[in-house]
Amino acid sequence: MNRECYGKLIFELSRKGRGGYRLPSNGCTPSVDELPEVLLRRTAPELPEVDEPTVVRHYNNMSTNNFGVDTGFYPLGSCTMKYNPKINEEMAADETIASLHPYQPSATVQGVLELYYTLQQTLSEIGGMSEFTLNTYAGAHGELTGLMVIRAYHAGRGDDRRVKVIVPDSAHGTNPASAAVAGLKVVEVKSREDGTVDVEDLRPLLDDTVAAVMMTNPNTLGIFERNIPEIASLVHEAGALLYYDGANLNPLVGVARPGDMGFDVMHINLHKTFSTPHGGGGPGAGPVGVRKGLEHLLPNPRVVKKDDGTFDISYSDCSLGQVTGTLGNFAVAVRALSYILSLGCDGLDMVGRLATLNANYVKESLRDAYLLPVDGVCKHEFVFDGLIDKSGGVTTLNVAKRLLDHGYHAPTIYFPLLFHESLMIEPTETESKETLDDFIRVMHDIAREAAESPDVVKSAPHNTPVGHPDDTNAALHPVVTYKELIDNVQQ
Amino acid sequence: MSKIYYSPSHEYIRVEGTSGYIGITEYAQKQLGNVVYVDMPEVDDDVAAGEDFGAIESVKAASDLISPVTGKVEEVNSALVDEPGLVNKDPMVNWIIKVSIDDPAELDALLDEAAYSELCH
Repeated sequence: MNRECYGKLIFELSRKGRGGYRLPSNGCTPSVDELPEVLLRRTAPELPEVDEPTVVRHYNNMSTNNFGVDTGFYPLGSCTMKYNPKINEEMAADETIASLHPYQPSATVQGVLELYYTLQQTLSEIGGMSEFTLNTYAGAHGELTGLMVIRAYHAGRGDDRRVKVIVPDSAHGTNPASAAVAGLKVVEVKSREDGTVDVEDLRPLLDDTVAAVMMTNPNTLGIFERNIPEIASLVHEAGALLYYDGANLNPLVGVARPGDMGFDVMHINLHKTFSTPHGGGGPGAGPVGVRKGLEHLLPNPRVVKKDDGTFDISYSDCSLGQVTGTLGNFAVAVRALSYILSLGCDGLDMVGRLATLNANYVKESLRDAYLLPVDGVCKHEFVFDGLIDKSGGVTTLNVAKRLLDHGYHAPTIYFPLLFHESLMIEPTETESKETLDDFIRVMHDIAREAAESPDVVKSAPHNTPVGHPDDTNAALHPVVTYKELIDNVQQ
Repeated sequence: MSKIYYSPSHEYIRVEGTSGYIGITEYAQKQLGNVVYVDMPEVDDDVAAGEDFGAIESVKAASDLISPVTGKVEEVNSALVDEPGLVNKDPMVNWIIKVSIDDPAELDALLDEAAYSELCH
């Protein structure tokens, strides 16, 4: 239960002189005179003064306002918010792993290096790549690293004319952003109505100034790019490389491999496909894989297996350099490997199939109420273009907010930009039929409500701790600190 | 006497003499929803036909602003800095930048009102 008195900000609960502990004087406190002048602060830190029960109740109440994949269904399209198995956490929290130091001598951490090496090898097998590096901190960091590999490849051949990256107009926003950060110029290729890349539009763009083409398959609309072999050969004929954005890898796991489709470089979001915590629950990891012939360019350091069967951390002069302090977010790698090993080959084989089945089940069940702009079998996700009956003026935003009242996280909205009222749903393979059926029921209820009493939907959410915010005003005049809030009130 | 041309990326240019006022169309503002930020170039910056000169951000999406013509920025509508919502009120009155038009022939490649409304249909 959420009690309002503890739901205030911790600073509002503060009372002068109150505290949760009292230390005895032990006579050992260093005299202030012994500390250098420069380290002494002039004013006391502005900390809340609160008793222990208030602190505990405040944070416990606040924690119940949170929504996560442990609380309910989270059908956020393009994000693969699958359930994060607890065994992952148990493995990552194991003392032998949690207490490691990144600069420990290799001889003292052989098991850990083996674990790391095994994940590199397993991801290579799953992606159809030659080698993987785990040295990245996020998916976008993986994209940037992958593009740096591509730049290093062209530079290594003495080809400095390649300054462009071709990205489909339906791509994830990180693609053009990563390309720009990598110092490359973004060129957009138009997609057809089903979001697949138009080969005829792509062909004239491919010349000797193109470094890479970035794609995701299935694409943002959850549709498999059937022309991928043709696209791959066109890209390679032009001397460019084909980059695979692993955001949509989930439906392919155990079924198809980007490497076999002709992709040269790819990244995987461990926090999507391999069930490690996502977003604020991070940290993330975006391992990068490369095909044969590009391995030497991967960032330093690498975990390698030596001829005598032992493992070591190695640095290479051919590498593009370091993109992380050490070996990336190791605890995330542990979670991903736990997931892979606990599913095993048979289990992994079911991941993509079930994700695809669940998405198609939800799509077919809701198409009588929501507008399906691209028909056909989807992969792990699909996009509606709002309600079929828009006469009540209920928008996708309204539907998303109303879902919160029913205890469901909202789907992705207004992305992709191909439609005006995009509502993108990805159920993932970890949901039961009962959960999906209840979600479908609620979506139908909302559609009915939108026709019968649209104002209820438009003013949603009604049951959440935070109601319907004024988005425009919040974006125009953001109040991001408690001080600003107080100052605003006083004005 | 001014004439208005439209681009397929939903900008308009209202031509007056050798200059033009560029903004986004009524259709574009409606699709974007409440505009919260307009990123504009500075006076004397160069703009090129088909290239972006700024960006517009709404609660729903952020979108590049594409110049319909090549030229130089003569004026920016600084009222939009504090009140970007003016674009929603009347996008035709609340233009974003005024530019010199280097090559009037570029206007021929743009759409007239009839062709543009056909596109939005």
